Amino acid sequence: MTATISPKRVSEAPSIRSNVRGYAERVRGGDMGALPAVFGLVVLCTIFAILRPSFLTAGNFANLFTQGAAVTVIAMGLVFVLLLGEIDLSAGFASGVCAAVLAILLSSQGLPWYVAVGAAILTGVVIGTGIGSIVAKLGIPSFVVTLAAFLAFQGLVLLLVKGGTIIAIRDETILAIANKNLPPALGWILLAVGVAGYAGLQLLRARKRAARELTADPVSLIAVRVGALALLGGLAVYFLNIERSRNAAVVSLAGVPLVVPIIVVLLLVLTFVLRRTAYGRHLYAVGGNVEAARRAGINVDRMKISAFVICSSMAAIGGVIAASRASSVDPNTGGSNVLLYAVGAAVIGGTSLFGGKGRVLDAILGGAVVAVIENGMGLMGYSSGVKFIVTGSVLLLAAVVDALSRKRAAATGLR
Amino acid sequence: MTPALELRGIDKSFGPVQVLHDVAFSAYAGEVTALVGDNGAGKSTLVKCVGGIHPIDSGEYFFDGRPVRIGSPRDAAELGIEIVYQDLALCDNLDIVQNMFLGREHRRGIVLDEDTMEAMAAKTLESLSVRTVKSIRQLVASLSGGQRQTVAIAKAVLWNSKVVILDEPTAALGVAQTAQVLELVRRLADQGLAVVLISHNMNDVFAVSDRIATLYLGRMAAQVKTSDVTHAQVVELITSGRSGDLGLTNGATV
Ligand SMILES: Nc1ncnc2c1ncn2[C@@H]1O[C@H](COP(=O)(O)OP(=O)(O)O)[C@@H](O)[C@H]1O
Ligand SMILES: [Mg+2]
Repeated sequence: MTATISPKRVSEAPSIRSNVRGYAERVRGGDMGALPAVFGLVVLCTIFAILRPSFLTAGNFANLFTQGAAVTVIAMGLVFVLLLGEIDLSAGFASGVCAAVLAILLSSQGLPWYVAVGAAILTGVVIGTGIGSIVAKLGIPSFVVTLAAFLAFQGLVLLLVKGGTIIAIRDETILAIANKNLPPALGWILLAVGVAGYAGLQLLRARKRAARELTADPVSLIAVRVGALALLGGLAVYFLNIERSRNAAVVSLAGVPLVVPIIVVLLLVLTFVLRRTAYGRHLYAVGGNVEAARRAGINVDRMKISAFVICSSMAAIGGVIAASRASSVDPNTGGSNVLLYAVGAAVIGGTSLFGGKGRVLDAILGGAVVAVIENGMGLMGYSSGVKFIVTGSVLLLAAVVDALSRKRAAATGLR
Repeated sequence: MTPALELRGIDKSFGPVQVLHDVAFSAYAGEVTALVGDNGAGKSTLVKCVGGIHPIDSGEYFFDGRPVRIGSPRDAAELGIEIVYQDLALCDNLDIVQNMFLGREHRRGIVLDEDTMEAMAAKTLESLSVRTVKSIRQLVASLSGGQRQTVAIAKAVLWNSKVVILDEPTAALGVAQTAQVLELVRRLADQGLAVVLISHNMNDVFAVSDRIATLYLGRMAAQVKTSDVTHAQVVELITSGRSGDLGLTNGATV
């Protein structure tokens, strides 16, 4: 046994130093978290910035966001399935199917955008319910079920867009999602609201815990966190607000791309669900130890189905973003590299393929890594072939890090 | 005295294999009842039937003298029956508090009430005089065997439970940790709980139990007061199902 301290008498009040030490201990114990993704991001950006100065331009920075948005959103949904130790190989083409539904309702039916988006997301819900039910109730490995769905949805997209025609999207609202920006002032306002809200929540939480004599984060630590958020957010908004248009007099191109606040809202909602609700807690439990979860009275089947529903619904939103960016839907929407990039994004970000470990934020960090690779190598003039090989290698590397850190955790866990 | 928990005529089969035959079993408040038997005798199966993991094929189930139906782990938990399983069933990726409240989280609206849970977990561990860990926000993965056992037991007593069943809690522990867990077991009974302890170790059984129930090949060979029997008699009951006038031939399950 380790120290013989009663739980009430806390060994030491948490400080910045004890937090840093705790983090270092976790990393040494195999819990790398987002470290590899952040490290990779810094290294990749440095390399590309040195080799290709155009990588660092405001225009390219904004491009990164719109380029990576669809894959990132799909990856955020995949986290839920991965948390259970399952996989959804059909998420890419599911996003294609939902995008096709959107395009058809918009163009041939002439329905308003919100109806079309609602229908696309509903399609995602139906797809997720179907896949989840088969996996949960029949006990077929999700790998096989979603591989079958992958092929079937590829065919479904083909049928929906009538064998290869392209459905153009003309709806202004849908087009705005991936092509328009926030007014520069609004970008600053939203950032200020966000930072203030974050600071307020953190302080409130610390006050409440201190009032109950529970260990609370010191104000200094909260200040560091809030400062970091304000600094990173401020830098991003500043660069995104720089005029990117070659001819600003004709058409101005400045401001935070609309996909950014969309992704931030999704991040907040999904993170709330995972960290602050019983549902989220149960997802982690099922991923960590199914038998323990079952004995705790958790309905494992329902958890599985719901995870696939969330995954496919997020894929639908990803599909809408992809359709907006391409201004069209074609048989390859959601196809080729989308799925592997999305799985890669989740895993590179630190979500474990073995289940029980992962955060929605990880998917965004991983999505950034994937987007930077794709973008930077494009600027370097490499062909798609090279890009695929590099991204594949990075995915494999992330899986290796995942497996090794798991081994390490098992070795250092004092069991 | 009415037993807190009483089973009569329990049968349980897995497919063609009948594991429990006409088993009767009682546990009393304020006492430690040891459940012993050879490997494969059916102890864990009996416990899982009590906990609602396995449905029983036939037989009667009484709680505080009332007949009850247990269809799921939830039903058992609602009555105040808590089981610490042999394999513990803790989630390594969750911390101590999260594990203790798993499936029964406190919430305000839809938001988890972490502060209340943390305070309650700390209080429970303290009330058990648990000599424990650095932080109750530590992941269970980082705990030693004895600490994990302690967390599992604390989880079981968190709920004002009336019956706590421990399936071989000391099997994987060293000497010092075993002593601690046994001390904890005795303390639970002294607090008025009905405690059922499954163990292979006769020294442990005689050290803490008030009664001993012996399963032999899925049948209840005898349930006796610990003070009425010797080590040798219990070992005989375990290995052959009978000892003198105790055991299966005369069908007496005292
Ligand atoms: N889920 C199950 N399916 C089939 N047989 C089982 C199952 N659980 C236990 N058994 C069988 O029941 C018998 C009793 O097992 P168990 O209750 O674990 O014994 P004990 O805990 O006394 O060692 C064993 O022969 C075991 O193989
Ligand atoms: Mg057993």
